[in-house]
Amino acid sequence: MEHAIRAEGLVRRFGDTTALAGVDLAVPTGTVFGLLGPNGAGKTTAVRVLSTLLRADEGHATVGGFDVVRDAHRVRQLIGLTGQYASVDETLTGFENLLLIGRLLGLGRADAKARARQLLADFHLSDAADRAAKTYSGGMRRRLDLAASLVGRPQVLFLDEPTTGLDPRSRNELWDIVRNLVSDGVTVLLTTQYLEEADQLASEIAVVDHGRVIAQGTPEELKTRTGGQTLAVRPADADDLPTVVAIAAEVAGATPEVVQTTVTVPVNAPGVLPAVVRRLEAAEIPVAELALRGASLDEVFLSLTGHRAETDAPAGADLEGSVA
Amino acid sequence: MTATTVTAPLTPARRLGPTAGLRHTLTLAWRSLVQIKHNPMELLDLSIQPVMFVLLFTYVFGGAISGSPGDYLTFALPGIIVQNAFFATMTTGFGLNNDLTKGVFDRLRALPIARWAPLAGRILADTVKQAWSVSLLVGVGMILGFRLENGLLGLLGAFALLLAFSLAASWISVLVGVLVNEPEKVQIFGFMVIFPLTFTSNAFVPTETMPGWLQSWVEVNPVTILADALRGLLVGGPVAAPVVQSLLWAGVLAAIFAPLAVRGLRRRV
Ligand SMILES: Nc1ncnc2c1ncn2[C@@H]1O[C@H](COP(=O)(O)OP(=O)(O)OP(=O)(O)O)[C@@H](O)[C@H]1O
Ligand SMILES: [Mg+2]
Repeated sequence: MEHAIRAEGLVRRFGDTTALAGVDLAVPTGTVFGLLGPNGAGKTTAVRVLSTLLRADEGHATVGGFDVVRDAHRVRQLIGLTGQYASVDETLTGFENLLLIGRLLGLGRADAKARARQLLADFHLSDAADRAAKTYSGGMRRRLDLAASLVGRPQVLFLDEPTTGLDPRSRNELWDIVRNLVSDGVTVLLTTQYLEEADQLASEIAVVDHGRVIAQGTPEELKTRTGGQTLAVRPADADDLPTVVAIAAEVAGATPEVVQTTVTVPVNAPGVLPAVVRRLEAAEIPVAELALRGASLDEVFLSLTGHRAETDAPAGADLEGSVA
Repeated sequence: MTATTVTAPLTPARRLGPTAGLRHTLTLAWRSLVQIKHNPMELLDLSIQPVMFVLLFTYVFGGAISGSPGDYLTFALPGIIVQNAFFATMTTGFGLNNDLTKGVFDRLRALPIARWAPLAGRILADTVKQAWSVSLLVGVGMILGFRLENGLLGLLGAFALLLAFSLAASWISVLVGVLVNEPEKVQIFGFMVIFPLTFTSNAFVPTETMPGWLQSWVEVNPVTILADALRGLLVGGPVAAPVVQSLLWAGVLAAIFAPLAVRGLRRRV
């Protein structure tokens, strides 16, 4: 099968809200597909429709070649779902949670137990196996949740914002898990608000906003779509920031942004770099960092939607702001 | 990583085998019961509270209402059993709401299991809990001097009637569990409705001692009818009429609330 997941014209309304306004998706088998969008974009709604939990008002979708409405029972045999909020039974132990799923999936008692133990070991939860899940940390709960969705060895895995609330180490671990799954042939549909995450994992990204796919392509394609590159200058002395901003604005002919002490500005014309170097030299500004790089997904998002995507760094976001 | 090998069925079955739903229900009932192991408070709830009620009512009110604790126990134990049954049905809605708000219900719905199994499993588990607390109540009552006048048959009949009624009444609880947005609200509802409902009956106090306007309600209150049916089955007295009326009540409750609850659940998820 060429596409593990296909969706055509999915529409879903909640009262006056249109959560999905005609979404088309095609996810090649054995790849990671990233659904990237800000709060309320419709990511969770899309995942719920594809994982048979919610019916679309219009359009249709198949998973593993089976219609998610007419053949829901078959689809459920192929998929694993890790929802946006950990959905383990908090009163059961980690082991019992996995045992429960295994038994429900028809594994014999011994097999279900073995499977549970193995997944707990794989997800570094063996020590906590016999503790109630309510005593788990957020990261442990997420891992247990992910383990629960893997009990049935799914061919297609839905991960709805799997790393929200994880510390960087746990996030990297989860990324590795996803990469491992894909190398074993699993198709993963992952939603995220983190541009970096989509960039790291997904071979193809759909950017959603207000229930629509507003752009789609490989991370590289999306980055080049905004056309130009970004010039980044970080002066050694933060006092020089205003001067650097003025120089960057003049050379690039656009409004720079300042993130912490780095000035960035989109550039299109060739020859910008030497020009900037000359001007900085003339102004005698020592530079700690000077680079010309492809646009980040953050910038892609900004240019596509006209507003910034939510980022995971509220502290950094406070410092962020365009100087104009 | 061995955990990730893909071996899900390549040609998944179109529908479930006939006994699969039953197996899922049993597994999910196991899940609800094994929770007790980790939450001893629940066992206390199921055990201490009914026993405490029997002791308090018998020794505090017994003398005043029936002249002696022994006589009162004969009168009130069936009533206490009914009250306990009503409160016990609330655990179904509480647990269901917990599953809905915590996302567990979604996880279950995304599995290839019978659609009705999550609800049926919960109700089955709650029926087991119900049976446990009724046994406890009868056991403690007998230690305190309660006599089964109709023998084992009467006891089994009482058990069956009570479980049938609870099953029907638990649809109210399911409906509440589906409608409210947090589990605690199920408990608040239970407290606010079940307390007045069970006290405005002849469960604890004979109807004749109440004001006339209240008596007319007490006589049709399902709590009264069910308590009378249990009295008939356990300690003697009329059986047929209250049993039939109890079953009618159960039928009416189920006919009204089961469709509402199922519809509410469909809407919510
Ligand atoms: N059950 C519901 N009832 C009413 N409105 C809903 C419901 N589910 C989603 N919505 C609305 O649909 C829109 C899309 O929601 P959705 O949860 O799919 O967004 P999302 O991209 O997952 O957002 P987030 O990043 O915050 O999780 C939002 O405006 C939301 O308020
Ligand atoms: Mg979401």
